[in-house]
Amino acid sequence: MVGIVIVSHSAKVAEGIRELALQMAAPNQQILAAGGMADQSIGTDAMLIKDAIVAANSGDGVVVMVDLGSAVLSAELAIEMLEDQALLVKIADAPILEGTIAATVEASVGRSLSQVVATAEGARDMHKQS
Amino acid sequence: MANVIRAIEALADVIIANKEKLTELDAAIGDADHGINMARGFEAVKAKLKTAQPDDIGAVLKLVGMTLISTVGGASGPLYGTAFLRAAAIAQGKTTVDGPMAGQMLAAAITGIKERGKAVQGEKTMLDALEPAYNAFQYGLSMNKTMAECLELAVNAAQDGVEYTKTIIATKGRASYLGERSLGHQDAGATSSYLILAALTQLAKKQSQAGEP
Ligand SMILES: Nc1ncnc2c1ncn2[C@@H]1O[C@H](COP(=O)(O)OP(=O)(O)O)[C@@H](O)[C@H]1O
Ligand SMILES: [Mg+2]
Repeated sequence: MVGIVIVSHSAKVAEGIRELALQMAAPNQQILAAGGMADQSIGTDAMLIKDAIVAANSGDGVVVMVDLGSAVLSAELAIEMLEDQALLVKIADAPILEGTIAATVEASVGRSLSQVVATAEGARDMHKQS
Repeated sequence: MANVIRAIEALADVIIANKEKLTELDAAIGDADHGINMARGFEAVKAKLKTAQPDDIGAVLKLVGMTLISTVGGASGPLYGTAFLRAAAIAQGKTTVDGPMAGQMLAAAITGIKERGKAVQGEKTMLDALEPAYNAFQYGLSMNKTMAECLELAVNAAQDGVEYTKTIIATKGRASYLGERSLGHQDAGATSSYLILAALTQLAKKQSQAGEP
């Protein structure tokens, strides 16, 4: 099953989105929050993200969900620093909350990484009012 | 080696001393944390250098890069972190730095920042200080100037670059949300890059006066 890592500048945001996603998740699905800095301040930490990616991988790869601008920089750096360069990992260009929920559902039914990423990115066009 | 550690400590002190100023600059067109981020990062670097026993310049710069990555937090964390890691790769196994090597390290650092942030000169970022500084440094080398003289040229070019950031609109980073309202303001990251070069120049001048290599 594709793992999910949630990267936000705020640990609370990442943890909160994880909580919402878990409601839709399959048992044993790996959904990890990697928000904020080790000292609780606002920011993103490439080392923390890297560790979360490794932990979220169960062999089918990992999708990384990101919030604002520099979360992308830290996530890309984290991927570059992975010891196992064969680990499949992709950053979804998607809204972090809706994208994570969509990715969770897609991953929970055993879809491939590219399918999970495409579904997360599809969340960009989700409407709240018809 | 000791020179390089001293240089890192010197630039850390300058960043820490300018914490307020950098934060103020970031407050105008960003989220008021650049000085706080950078000071937190370089405080951590200083603390680590106290106990670490790096074998070569590459190891010193790697320690700096890795520490900034996990302590700075803002965009400047992965950007400066990548810059120091790329410079570290050039300095691997080396215990002294000469002019050409310093030029190579600066070039590698700038390439790293560009790859990471996908920005180019003219987007109101640290690159607007660093790229002209690199060109001036290389010009100095081509004129057979000393490292201290080359750095002096570089820091002057960086200062002009910081001034130039007041005249342009931000198209990368948080300040880009402001669009035209970013005009007239000086970029915080360009300023911290200038401060880093200024600290290195100061030290190189002192060392050349003292007759150290
Ligand atoms: N994509 C980028 N490329 C190069 N430099 C950038 C980029 N994005 C931001 N910067 C630099 O980072 C500085 C802001 O750093 P900081 O305040 O620490 O991060 P954040 O913007 O995440 O709060 C800016 O002033 C700018 O010089
Ligand atoms: Mg900022």
